Amino acid sequence: MKSNTLILHTAALFIMPLQLMFSVFLLFRGHDEPGGGFIGGLVASGAFVLYAFAFGSEATRRILRVAPRDLLAAGLLFAIASTIPAFLAGQPMLTAHWWELPLPGNSYLKLSTPLIFDIGVYAAVLGTIMTFVINLMEADE
Amino acid sequence: MESLMAYVVGILFAAAIYMMLRRSIVKLVIGLMILSNAANLLIFVVSGMTRGAPPLLPAGAEAPASAIADPLPQALILTAIVIAFGVLAFAVVLIRRAYEVVGTDDLDQMKDTDT
Amino acid sequence: MLLAVLSGFLLAIVAPALHRVTGRYIGWTLAILPASLTAYFASLIPEVQTNGSLVLEYAWIPGLGINLNFLVDGLSLVFALMISGIGTFILIYAGAYLAGHKYLARFFVIMLSFMASMLGLVLSDNLISIFVFWELTSITSYMLIGFNHEDMEARKCALQGLFVTAGGGLVLMAGLILLSIMTGSYSLAEILASDSALHEHAFYTAAVLCILAGTFTKSAQVPFHFWLPNAMAAPTPVSAFLHSATMVKAGVYLMARLNPALGEGDLWSQTLMLFGAATMFTGAYLAFSSTGIKKVLAYSTIMALGTLTMLIGVGTELALTAFICFLVAHSLYKGALFMLAGALDHETGTKDITRMGGLRKAMPVTATIACLAALSLAGLPPLFGFVAKELMFESLLDSPLWSAGLTTAAVAASVLIVGVAGLVAIKPFFGQVGNTPKTPHEAPFGMLVGPAVLSLTALVFGLAPFLPEGALLRSAVGSVYGAPVETYLALWHGVNVPLILSIGSLVLGLSLLAGWKRLQPSIYAINTSAARFGPEAGYFRFMEGITIVAAWQTRVLQNGVLGLYLLLLVAVTFGLTGYTLLTHHGINLTLDLSYSHFYEWGIALLLVVAAVFASATHSRLGSVASMGVLGFGVALTFILFSAPDLGITQLLVETLTVILLVLVLFKLPEFVNLSSPFERYRDLAVAAFAGIVMTLLILAALDVQYFESISSYYIENSAPLAYGRNIVNVILVDFRALDTLGEIFVLSLAALGVLSMIKLKAEDQHKP
Repeated sequence: MKSNTLILHTAALFIMPLQLMFSVFLLFRGHDEPGGGFIGGLVASGAFVLYAFAFGSEATRRILRVAPRDLLAAGLLFAIASTIPAFLAGQPMLTAHWWELPLPGNSYLKLSTPLIFDIGVYAAVLGTIMTFVINLMEADE
Repeated sequence: MESLMAYVVGILFAAAIYMMLRRSIVKLVIGLMILSNAANLLIFVVSGMTRGAPPLLPAGAEAPASAIADPLPQALILTAIVIAFGVLAFAVVLIRRAYEVVGTDDLDQMKDTDT
Repeated sequence: MLLAVLSGFLLAIVAPALHRVTGRYIGWTLAILPASLTAYFASLIPEVQTNGSLVLEYAWIPGLGINLNFLVDGLSLVFALMISGIGTFILIYAGAYLAGHKYLARFFVIMLSFMASMLGLVLSDNLISIFVFWELTSITSYMLIGFNHEDMEARKCALQGLFVTAGGGLVLMAGLILLSIMTGSYSLAEILASDSALHEHAFYTAAVLCILAGTFTKSAQVPFHFWLPNAMAAPTPVSAFLHSATMVKAGVYLMARLNPALGEGDLWSQTLMLFGAATMFTGAYLAFSSTGIKKVLAYSTIMALGTLTMLIGVGTELALTAFICFLVAHSLYKGALFMLAGALDHETGTKDITRMGGLRKAMPVTATIACLAALSLAGLPPLFGFVAKELMFESLLDSPLWSAGLTTAAVAASVLIVGVAGLVAIKPFFGQVGNTPKTPHEAPFGMLVGPAVLSLTALVFGLAPFLPEGALLRSAVGSVYGAPVETYLALWHGVNVPLILSIGSLVLGLSLLAGWKRLQPSIYAINTSAARFGPEAGYFRFMEGITIVAAWQTRVLQNGVLGLYLLLLVAVTFGLTGYTLLTHHGINLTLDLSYSHFYEWGIALLLVVAAVFASATHSRLGSVASMGVLGFGVALTFILFSAPDLGITQLLVETLTVILLVLVLFKLPEFVNLSSPFERYRDLAVAAFAGIVMTLLILAALDVQYFESISSYYIENSAPLAYGRNIVNVILVDFRALDTLGEIFVLSLAALGVLSMIKLKAEDQHKP
């Protein structure tokens, strides 16, 4: 399945980077404002699905660089990795840990295991949906 | 509003179950989709519906200034939506596969294919 | 103690490897474990003598209050010693008896597991772990009885044993749970220590009946006795172990164990006396009328089990002393006799006593040991069996209830048992030389050491009954009686009524034996006609009934039509929910519209129209489109009612869903009407009913709050503890992150499932 519409091509090329940036933005602000790993992952997959409709599954695989199922596995690994600090500290699984890194100016970068976990969710959702869509499209070709 | 939504959810459930009882496998999938929407709404309605008070804290505040919507059912529903999508994708591909192998979308015809 | 119980399982794991190393000495090697266990249990005797009982605790499922506690007192030690002691010789014996068998290693694996389960059963303090070990013995014994699994008959018999004992086990579990409800504890030690009057409790009758049903099946009481002789399909070492000291005694153990707690009621003692006496007599009669040497022994085991049950039922100090003595005596002689029977079978090639005779010249050692063991079986001095039998007569004469009847039954049974003892000891070894398939010669050492030691023990105990009495038997009687007791065991009590009864039964028994050949045909005729109405026939009819019901039920319920499954499921679920709602809450049909805006009305209407259109339309595209409308309507609801995260997620998912449906659904055929109008109206009625119940349920749920909401915790702690202001996200990634972790795993599984279904197809196409 591949579209030959010029409008779709152009739109996909312009919108996709914006969508991806927005998805990362949603991911990082998720702890304080509406957003988070699920929503970010869904927005990102929306971007890639749009690209896939415009340029086909082969091109999407190229632009993803990693196989969707590896993305999926990476997501699960991230989520599990977020349990390691608690494990090392001998606390119950998934106890949150926080680190604040000072940034230039008067701000801090909040780093935490929930954030790592959320990144894992993001990658897992993106991986899952891309697995569905790319494989289904390839099955049709 | 909750009582009105109770009737809406009831109708959604009825539609979903009716569709799931049909013999066409595509209708089964559509029933499944209505059902997951109905279930999500059910949780949402039962936990109480609040207008204009999302479960977000104002910047710098430790606690909400006034009563806010219950965040717990929202978290439940959020996962339920995503899971329902996964299940739906799985079901849809399964059906497609079954159709390719069996050559029919009539569930009654499929009962003899397990041998 | 934990190690002592589990060591059997551990050794079972390495047994096959050991077999490869030790070769034909495997029996001797493995016997080291039960031998050292015996020593370990014996080392606990002094402690039990001074302290009464001790409880050793190990946490198992602490959350449910289930501990792997062990209760060590006189009774459990007697059993543990018998299991490990006899187990030692059985393993040695099996090494010789099954030498060269191709599944020898497997045999030892199951045998050791069985022994360990048995030890766990008699030592456990917790009712749940007792039940677990109880079922483990059922399962392992099933594998042991069906060990010759290439033999159809053996498989059938094993299955019968399993059905009866495991079925009984389930009833037992119900009984044990009732017991724990009555006493409020799962711990035997606590149940036995509590002095509440259980027999006045409302559950008493049900609990006693359930527990007795379980123990009766395991201990082969009438009418469940038929599985035991059939279990003789097992190799002889198995029969010797299962039917002397272990499997069948498990039921007896549990009855004895619970006697102090449940024994106060009449129901308990009368049921036990009645069934015990009936079993005792039936067993003795059937033993005397059988010709296969293993069958004879099997039926005499039933007789012994009946006697034991009856003695618990009588329940006086004297009767319980007799119980413990009889228990020990029986284990000793029955273990020995079974092993000897195996030796005879092994050396002569037949199990039929009528074909054996005059073997004492060929097998002098076997003959001597057999005579000793048979003397104990017949209850003759100076063996321990005599001590036990005298005590039994004495206690029956002394019984507070039904003394005359029980004594008569016991005398009749012991007349027959004297005859049985003659059958197994005199018939094969004396008289004219029989015509056996193999030329008999002496059995190997490994097969004789066990019977010899057991018979000699019976002899020593008989000559000096104060030895075991002082060591353990007195405290064992105490734990069955529920209070410390004074016992006095002696070989010679002087000339009294029990002795006269013994002499009388000896004389009668010997005369019966003399006429055995002549009686045989008529007994045989009676038995075959009785078998048609006996409990075993009932068992077969019951099993047939089950298959018929299963076939019928499968035809009706499991007919492969998905729609029907769903219909039943929905109708039953919503029917029951609706019924409960109606009876517990009543119907509430409020429709409060005062606080809703007109656009909210609009959304509600949109949802309804979309759902109805999606299910009514004949066009796939229309259906999918209205699904989209429905999804966006739901998203709108979420956004309007303070759930921005949900709204966004729903919108995004809805978009992806439409893409997915476009990719797949349009490859499928158009909608056609497959159902008849009747089916459609039926389904519509069920669906409408379900919808109404849902509405009523929600309306009811709006009024009640059974538990305080836990949400306030999340709201209060979101910022201070989790440094997040979006509470929904904080719940997802912090407070309840484990749930989310599970969820993304489910998602991944769905993705892998899709992937494999598509890839599988690709591979199919490569095939011609």
